[in-house]
Amino acid sequence: MDRSRTIAALLASVLLVAGSNSWAAGDSAMELAPANNDVSDTASLQRGARNFMNYCSGCHSAKYVRFNRMGRDLGLTEEQLIENLMFNAEVPYDTIQRTMTDEDAIRWFGKPPPDLSVTPRSRGIDYVFNFLQAFYVDPESPTGVDNVLLPGTSMPDVLWEMRGYQRAIFTAHESDSGDGAELVFERFEPVTAGNMSHDDFQTFVRDTVNFLDYMSEPAQLRRKAIGVWVLIFLAVFLVLAVMLKKQIWKDVS
Amino acid sequence: MTDDVDRNRRHFLTVATAVTGGAGIALASIPFITSLKPSARAEALGAPVEVAVGSLEPGEMIRVLWRGRLVFVLRRSDEMLSRLSQVTEYLDDPESSNTDQQPVYAVNEFRSRKPEFLVVEGSCTHLGCAPLEQFEVGPAADWFGGFFCPCHGSKFDLSGRVYKGVPAPTNLRVPPHRFIQDDVIMIGAEPGTA
Amino acid sequence: MSRIESEIGTPKGGFIKWIDDRFPFTKTMKHHATEYYASKNFNFWYFFGVIAFVVLFIQLFTGIFLTMNYKPSAAEAFASVEYIMRDVELGWLIRYMHSTGASAFFIVIYIHMYRAMLYGSYRKPRELIWLIGMLIFFVMMAEAFAGYLLPWGQMSYWGAQVIISLFGAIPVIGETLVEYIRGDYSISDITLNRFFALHVIALPMALIALVFVHIVALHEVGSNNPDGVEIKDHKGPDGVPLDGIAFHPYHTSKDLVALIVFLMFFCGVVFFAPEMGGYFLEYANFDPADTRVTPAHIQPVWYFTPFYAMLRAVPDKLIGAMTMGAAVLLPMLLPWLDRSRVKSIRYRGWIYKSALATFTVSFLTLGWLGMQPVTGLFVILARIFTLLYFGFFLLMPYYTVIDKTKQVPERVVWHG
Repeated sequence: MDRSRTIAALLASVLLVAGSNSWAAGDSAMELAPANNDVSDTASLQRGARNFMNYCSGCHSAKYVRFNRMGRDLGLTEEQLIENLMFNAEVPYDTIQRTMTDEDAIRWFGKPPPDLSVTPRSRGIDYVFNFLQAFYVDPESPTGVDNVLLPGTSMPDVLWEMRGYQRAIFTAHESDSGDGAELVFERFEPVTAGNMSHDDFQTFVRDTVNFLDYMSEPAQLRRKAIGVWVLIFLAVFLVLAVMLKKQIWKDVS
Repeated sequence: MTDDVDRNRRHFLTVATAVTGGAGIALASIPFITSLKPSARAEALGAPVEVAVGSLEPGEMIRVLWRGRLVFVLRRSDEMLSRLSQVTEYLDDPESSNTDQQPVYAVNEFRSRKPEFLVVEGSCTHLGCAPLEQFEVGPAADWFGGFFCPCHGSKFDLSGRVYKGVPAPTNLRVPPHRFIQDDVIMIGAEPGTA
Repeated sequence: MSRIESEIGTPKGGFIKWIDDRFPFTKTMKHHATEYYASKNFNFWYFFGVIAFVVLFIQLFTGIFLTMNYKPSAAEAFASVEYIMRDVELGWLIRYMHSTGASAFFIVIYIHMYRAMLYGSYRKPRELIWLIGMLIFFVMMAEAFAGYLLPWGQMSYWGAQVIISLFGAIPVIGETLVEYIRGDYSISDITLNRFFALHVIALPMALIALVFVHIVALHEVGSNNPDGVEIKDHKGPDGVPLDGIAFHPYHTSKDLVALIVFLMFFCGVVFFAPEMGGYFLEYANFDPADTRVTPAHIQPVWYFTPFYAMLRAVPDKLIGAMTMGAAVLLPMLLPWLDRSRVKSIRYRGWIYKSALATFTVSFLTLGWLGMQPVTGLFVILARIFTLLYFGFFLLMPYYTVIDKTKQVPERVVWHG
């Protein structure tokens, strides 16, 4: 039918133009390198869990994530959980709470660090991957660092030992609104060396971000597998239904 | 001839489609049914409760909550334990032969792992009121200490065993429990098991 | 005991007869299914009524199970949704079915309404079906709006803030009305609780009642068809329309195929792309509601964006709100705006076809514009397309009359 085709074409072209909805973070101050993490890589998730508990859970809770569920999904025994990951929790069915109290957080950082259970779903996993690597030296900041993706952040550069410190180079560009120059981020320059090679550090961050991705939606590990079976079932059902319909419609002239 | 073939084929296809559709509905109902069972949070909240009993005096009882239910932990004195054999004739099920009411290790006169400590649910087996403690002997001739339910007058002895001729049909329930240390009782089995 | 013959034919065994003596079971089956005749030339556009019915059922059913675990308080709502996603066994699947179903409902309904515009299904004697359908659309919008507040994310809170404050534009009673809707001086736990009551009880009941009445009205006059031919005009000696075929088993077997295809798309989204690029589950809504921080881009869910674009196209708050209201209400008048001699687009001239194409492009583009910031070219485009949208309706009495139509056949066109 001509009409249906025309309308379909219109629809397709409009959708193409519309593109994807924008992330809550808004337009980024720097181009986001893709995280390229793989949530089906269990070893990576395990390393990421270790990284998260050691470097993040002091300040950040993941209060919707239970250790025992995590253990099952990541292939860890209860003993492994208790020995390596459960610093603040008493029992495996506890959720990941942060060690720092609210009062201390407000005193030291101005406000409690956000819970990270679903952060990758609101900011995007690429954002988190780049955020962790976007800290740079800023002598005027109370923590001594700032972050290109979240200027004015009170978060310290927790991974500095591994990457080493870096400096951010900004250049002045004419702003779109025409009222003077604005600083545009160009690139980072290393100041000190870290104790990890660049590749190792990338893997470290990727593992951590992978784990965060998993935490934001544990169901994703099973979701697609079940979906494949569902679609296969529906395809079989469809074949039968089509045959039935044709058979019944033989009567219609 | 063609008509017959058509009719058979139609019938076959109708049945095949209906059966597949039925299977689909059954499979689709799975998430709704599984969503009804106790969630991970329920299991976490329903997890075993640890009770420290080191500071309990003989004859002293404490109340704890496990899975939202009241549990009595009573430290019986030697004297109280000696009364257990005196009351047998008044009891409905002195041997605890009703296996629904206690774990295997509580099928004894003490209805517990260690004679000293009674761990029993504070819920009258008639209609669920919390029985009151009445550990003194008398004044009635058949009363050697135990639990008395104020709602409808059911009586239980110092092991939670039910008297004859009262509304409650069975002995007080003994929850699964074990000693994780000499003076610490864990009430409730591990999550995931019975 | 003497056997009383049922008037309507031989019942299938004693049980059915027992029911039929007390309840119009077989009578209803015949009247509405096995002896309800609809045209044989139904095409793709005719599937979406039954698909909408199924989606309504999906929403009701998944909604019930979500309500078993959801907590309608500002303190617990967001956490309870994550509880469903993680701690409730397969709760994530129920949640995704409900969120996907909400968007699916609007896709299906928009296509369903478009069918009416293509084939003149709103024309006499079907005006009432159309009006009831428009009411269903309004209730759906209210239902979706109330439902969207429930996850209590950033977009839930701020989207509601923006839309509810629109009512404040109404002169004299505006501010009081807003307070009455909110139940508080700002959107709060109180608002959440009452929106929960509306979303779970009041509006679903209204929807079910309206859908029932919608189908009753349809069956009273019989369905239209892609040729706009009234099949009841040509009946055989047995009283059955010559171009009609029984709804069951012909349309039921055909609709089953369409339903399965729909379910494949539906499950494809549920299992492989539940967020749908941030359109079905908006990213900002994974941040818990924060009354102190407004998200960078507030936009309503995609199915409201065409009307949102029209609202923002007008610089005045009250007139913008009135424009948006008029845009939503105006389609109700279609049965009376459309003066064409013919019903179906198959027999209309190029004027109407151009008008409809313009309307289609306008509506879709406005939908896209509703997601863009209110600057520069976007504003100009929004104004142009708003005018075109209104023009489609307001000029219709004129251009449908001058439009050169083709001869409508006596019988439906169907090539099997």
